[in-house]
Amino acid sequence: MESKYLLEIKNVCKAFSGVKVLKSVQISVEPGSIHALMGENGAGKSTLMKCLFGIYKQDEGQFFLEGKEFNFTDPKEALENGVSMVHQELNQVLQRTVVDNVWLGRYPRKGLFVDEDKMYNDTVELFERIGVNVDPHEKLANLSVSERQMVEIVKAVSYDAKIIVLDEPTSSLTENEVDKLFEIMRTLKKQGIGLIYISHKMEEIFEISDAVTVLRDGNYIGTKKTSELDMDKIINMMVGRDLEHRFPHKAHKVGDAVLEVKNLTTLYEPKVRDVSFELRKGEILGISGLVGSRRTELVEAIFGARTIESGSMFLNGKEIKNKDTVEAIANGFALITEERRETGIYPVGDIVFNSTIANVHNYRNKIGLLDNNKMIEDTEAQIDKMSIKCASMKQLIRSLSGGNQQKVIIGRWLLLNPDILIMDEPTRGIDVGAKFEIYQLMLDLVGQGKSIIMVSSEMPELLGITDRIGVMSNGKLAGIVNTKETTQAELFKLTTKYL
Amino acid sequence: MERILNRFKNMTSKDVKELLINNAIYLVIAIMVIIVIIAEPSFVSIAVFKNILVQSSVRLILALGVGGIIILQGTDLSLGKNVALTAIITGSFLQLYSYGARFYDTLPDFVWKANELGEIVGFHWWFYIVILLLAMAVGAFFSAINGYVVAKFQVAPFLATLGSSVALYGILLLYFNISDAGPQPIGSLDPTFRSFVGNWDFLGLEIPKLVVYAVLVTVIIWFVWNKTTFGKNMYAVGGNPEAAKISGVSVMKTTILVYVLAGLLYGVGGYLETARVGSVNSAFGLNYELDAIAACVVGGISFSGGIGKISGAIAGVLMFTVISYGMIYMGIDAYYQFIIKGVIIIAAVALDTRKYIKKT
Repeated sequence: MESKYLLEIKNVCKAFSGVKVLKSVQISVEPGSIHALMGENGAGKSTLMKCLFGIYKQDEGQFFLEGKEFNFTDPKEALENGVSMVHQELNQVLQRTVVDNVWLGRYPRKGLFVDEDKMYNDTVELFERIGVNVDPHEKLANLSVSERQMVEIVKAVSYDAKIIVLDEPTSSLTENEVDKLFEIMRTLKKQGIGLIYISHKMEEIFEISDAVTVLRDGNYIGTKKTSELDMDKIINMMVGRDLEHRFPHKAHKVGDAVLEVKNLTTLYEPKVRDVSFELRKGEILGISGLVGSRRTELVEAIFGARTIESGSMFLNGKEIKNKDTVEAIANGFALITEERRETGIYPVGDIVFNSTIANVHNYRNKIGLLDNNKMIEDTEAQIDKMSIKCASMKQLIRSLSGGNQQKVIIGRWLLLNPDILIMDEPTRGIDVGAKFEIYQLMLDLVGQGKSIIMVSSEMPELLGITDRIGVMSNGKLAGIVNTKETTQAELFKLTTKYL
Repeated sequence: MERILNRFKNMTSKDVKELLINNAIYLVIAIMVIIVIIAEPSFVSIAVFKNILVQSSVRLILALGVGGIIILQGTDLSLGKNVALTAIITGSFLQLYSYGARFYDTLPDFVWKANELGEIVGFHWWFYIVILLLAMAVGAFFSAINGYVVAKFQVAPFLATLGSSVALYGILLLYFNISDAGPQPIGSLDPTFRSFVGNWDFLGLEIPKLVVYAVLVTVIIWFVWNKTTFGKNMYAVGGNPEAAKISGVSVMKTTILVYVLAGLLYGVGGYLETARVGSVNSAFGLNYELDAIAACVVGGISFSGGIGKISGAIAGVLMFTVISYGMIYMGIDAYYQFIIKGVIIIAAVALDTRKYIKKT
């Protein structure tokens, strides 16, 4: 049966360990069209794409290409069948030339040797067809991100692509480069290729796309023609949900400023630019923003883990440098990192080790050896206080659930008695019950006069427990709002302020 | 060409500094050569030049083998023992007929060549080739095992080849033990075999044959690295294995083939080195892997993978030989030579790594 659509995604469902992340999602892409896919962080866009490319297997639902059902087992098979993706993080061999990258995996041969002339000529022909102007013999490392992206698009086209997915392709492009990309996208569209365009940028969606599909919390919200939409309608589709009562009661009082950050700019990419704010005593300050808006880079810079180019910081009115993490810890800072597995836990250490490691110098006895009993005592106290669920404190941390691991790490830093606790996505990958406990713990801490900076991608939790929210946009602070007076729509507008 | 010129035109002082730091190792070595020449002006002579080329030849062949592995983000600590094994096998077959304590007392009659008087004067020509092929096959076999272990079980190349180096030493000692003459160094090699590494009279010029072989091997490997699918896949897998895999390159097959190619070259190296040195004992090939790896690294074949050229390997080998030879020429104590060489290796790697450190 001939289908009017090039690609159809029908009722795709996917769950991870019981949590549904995709619920009956559907998209239909017409040939020669640009279909925008929108949704907040965690709405399920990437999971859907991973199902399409066979990295995950969907629990339910079907994919059709030109009316024929398919299920790819890996991205390579998808590529060979004309479905390709240009990732935000380009996966290329930077040390090699443009030509080598385009034909990687299927070099044409003449006798024993690779047919360089054919490769070169075919590349030039493709470049002309699509309108790319890059030296085919240049090494990829010497190209700009925009040019590398074009090479990736050309590669997709060289596989006779019917569908090309572009994942936030404009996030690191200049305005001119975006225009150039759009030109190429329009050329591809004319040639009958269907493009799926994932982006957060409203202006671009209205400029380039023919239709928009919105996902929210894994739900399919709807597909509309772009001409029938405006910005408010899209934002409503993306954020229109009510906040459930899943946060502890707030009763803490906020005091005067303890930390002042002035015009903070970091030296190396990805850069934080000219960020100023103050953090008050007993306050939870949320930091919001899109993926790639450099929220993590900001808190790392404050914690001394990134080189600061200019700007200053004042702790209780006294200037501090935090030139490395040791100094930051000495100044009473603590950072709970975003990647718990990579930079948080010592997976093969037990709970005692993981609880006391940041503080281990404080357990030396008179002759400089470590006092085991004191370490065990403190660990016991932390397990008690944070209600960490474990069989024994000798249990390896990797065998605990994500929520309990996070509690151990928070406990580790609390043993240092910090004044300013920075938490980067503290509830990521944690179930609802454990989240509630961590929120309660945070509120207890600010109740004791500590201050917390919490980076989060989850709007509900930011609105649920913070006092104020700072919004990062493309390395800059787009604004700080009072949580009580703000709306999701206002926050969303701020996230795209400097894009 | 225009592009290169433009690049020079647009250089700022910061770029110049970068360029100097990135090529610092070449500068240091150039300065050292100048010091040698000033101290001993006779260093600049055809005889010295020839000696340096001869000493570089086998080293270059081995460096080209391990160079491919380094491009794959790997390394090969078993190189020295692999070469030693192929050398011992070569030597054990190619001894003088009249030598009383031959490794193999009874080689079959048809391999020996006699003159009109019925006296044995050596081997038939094909036998030399058979032994070369045998050496290459043995080298390739054991290197392929390394490749398989690295590709299939994801064992870090450092450890995989460290282990196989120890095992190869055992195999080599076992092989010594099967000798008909008992375990003893293999000497008294066939003179025709030894003449393979002599000089070649070309229009009155005495050209060392070893250099000719090295050039030949280098040309072949240049084509393999740069002009074949296999070579391009090697660079791709070394540069970004994930991207290579997604594009349909078999990482497993490419990895094993790179090790096989290295093994073939170790076989050639072992064969030629036996002819050059003239005798083989159980300590043969000691530290060859370090010389070869160091030459590659100094020549810009990077441990971060995907980067490296044949010209780099040549430059690295030549510079190392020049330095070693220069130090001997100046009469520097052998102990100091080790120290200087060690410092050069560390400096080269530090400068190389500097280019790839991610700054935060």
